[in-house]
Amino acid sequence: MKLRREFNGVSKLRHYLQVVAFTLVVATIQCTFMPDKPYGPPVVYSVLIGTFTWAIIDLGRELIPSAAETGWPQGWQGIALVMVGIVVGYLAGTLLADTLCVHYFHFYPAGSLISGADQRTSILITAIAGLVGTFYFYAVNKSAYLEGKMAEARMHASESRLKLLETQLEPHMLFNTLANLRVLIGTDPTRAQHMLDRMIAYLRATLSASRSTQHPLALEFERLRDYLELMAVRMGPRLAYTLDLPEALRDVPVPPLLLQPLVENAIRHGLEPQVEGGHITVRASTQESPHGPLLVIEVQDTGAGLPATLPTPGPGQSFGLAQVRERLATLHGAAGALELIAIQPSGTSATVTFPLKSAAIP
Amino acid sequence: MTEPVPRALIAEDEPLLAAALQQDLARVWPELQMVAVVGDGRSAVRQALALRPDVLFFDIRMPGQSGIEAAAELADAWPDDQPFPALVFATAYDQYAVQAFEAQAVDYLLKPIQADRLARTVAKVQGLLAQRASAVAATGAAPAALSAALPSPELEATMAQLRALLGAPGVGTAPAAAPAAAATRLSVIQASQGTQIHMVPVGEVVYFEAADKYVRVLTAEREYLIRTALKELIEQLDPQEFWQVHRSTLVRATAIATVTRDEAGKQHLSLRGRPERLPVSRMYAHLFRAM
Repeated sequence: MKLRREFNGVSKLRHYLQVVAFTLVVATIQCTFMPDKPYGPPVVYSVLIGTFTWAIIDLGRELIPSAAETGWPQGWQGIALVMVGIVVGYLAGTLLADTLCVHYFHFYPAGSLISGADQRTSILITAIAGLVGTFYFYAVNKSAYLEGKMAEARMHASESRLKLLETQLEPHMLFNTLANLRVLIGTDPTRAQHMLDRMIAYLRATLSASRSTQHPLALEFERLRDYLELMAVRMGPRLAYTLDLPEALRDVPVPPLLLQPLVENAIRHGLEPQVEGGHITVRASTQESPHGPLLVIEVQDTGAGLPATLPTPGPGQSFGLAQVRERLATLHGAAGALELIAIQPSGTSATVTFPLKSAAIP
Repeated sequence: MTEPVPRALIAEDEPLLAAALQQDLARVWPELQMVAVVGDGRSAVRQALALRPDVLFFDIRMPGQSGIEAAAELADAWPDDQPFPALVFATAYDQYAVQAFEAQAVDYLLKPIQADRLARTVAKVQGLLAQRASAVAATGAAPAALSAALPSPELEATMAQLRALLGAPGVGTAPAAAPAAAATRLSVIQASQGTQIHMVPVGEVVYFEAADKYVRVLTAEREYLIRTALKELIEQLDPQEFWQVHRSTLVRATAIATVTRDEAGKQHLSLRGRPERLPVSRMYAHLFRAM
């Protein structure tokens, strides 16, 4: 996000006051090392040189298209600005200070004011002070910028975590499940308890999913069973499902709730729109490839099928699929894939494929 | 004169919730007779037309057709000589739907349905039915019989509410995207035919008609099929240019030549450039009034 920085008078005034304070410090140090000279002139010179240098650099950088990060011109423009600022600041400041000293303070005449050695010292002090001051403001700007960036990144991260939680704890699903529970408590307490247990397991898995990085495929299938059982209570005979996990694949590590959005999509976009409901099959298998064995998990439904056009997916759907893709990419790079195809006569098949670590197979 | 027994219909796709609502209603309104409990929108319309209940309890999210779409279809087909049933919607959690209901002053129940909230709704519906009964007693005849072929003011009001709800974001069948997603206007319809894609300028289209999974695009000369939902198409067209006159038809306003009302009160459009006559559904009849 590029923000056009706006001219801020208060911040410029603050900069200027800092500069003045800095020049006073410089003058004081100068006097400390040359106690035989009067304190007045160095202060006048120092403040005036500082003022001109500040005016050229701090106001000048507003006229040059500045870099968004630091508010400073980039490359040679930045260096040139500082150089011009210091040189012109020195010359103009000295000239004005000479005039002021002669006319108002009646110190020694301009010619004898600065000897060769004094002039060199003066130039050196200006150069060092100018560079130090410039570096100070540069660092302050940069750290403010980085802090802003960090706050922005933090906001993004918590926003996407909230979004993830919202999709997983979809309020519509939650309240409908609670409505069913409320009914069962009165009519069939045993079944209500069973449903509540499923819901507890589902909620626990959802809330802790972000914390653990991998769990065995068998556990992943258990979580799918919790979800499908909850949905089966709600949908009655409209939902039938099969979970097919070969014994050999039970211990394969997978990211928790990776498959959850796929099953949710199968219900929401496949079965729910159909009056007669349908069947969901989740099947794990292996497949040989040139780069070693692959784990293939297929979520298949006999539902309404992919919409004819996919321009405006619902907020949940696109986010769910994007999230699965993102997690696969993080863990397996290009080797992980999610494929969505329409199946005949109706329905959708979502297939997740990623490399099987050979150690995971007994 | 004995009070007629009030009759109700429930449309709810979750069997347990349907059974529970039925039980709760039996408790708070013992005289109410349940004529049917159905699990989807289309059955709800069919059964309501066949059984003519006095009260409807419609779930919003149902397979096939949403509760609101079903109510709109029912309002369209409802006979004029009978008052339209009192309508109560139920929803689990739909912030958009709840906002829309509040805005349109439509009665709704939030699931899980609480007993005292249900009792309040029942009292409201009972009041409405009693009011109607006394109106009938006063005139000595069914109110709508006096003005045959014109929908009763109540039905008019209900239809206005339903129109607003159908247009409200997040209330239709699909859990629609956030309202901010203002689609860009379409200028060309791309219709594939065999190996070709025909580029049909929107300006040449006389009307669109939804047909199963397709939409028929009709120009003065030809007809094309596209696989886009009519609902999506509507969002991408200028509402001043194309008017929805029926659940499944979208007509270019300037292509309408005449509007004719038949003996049954049904309106039909004849078009410039096309020979077909298009029916206007009652939901959209308000569009056609002489200036």
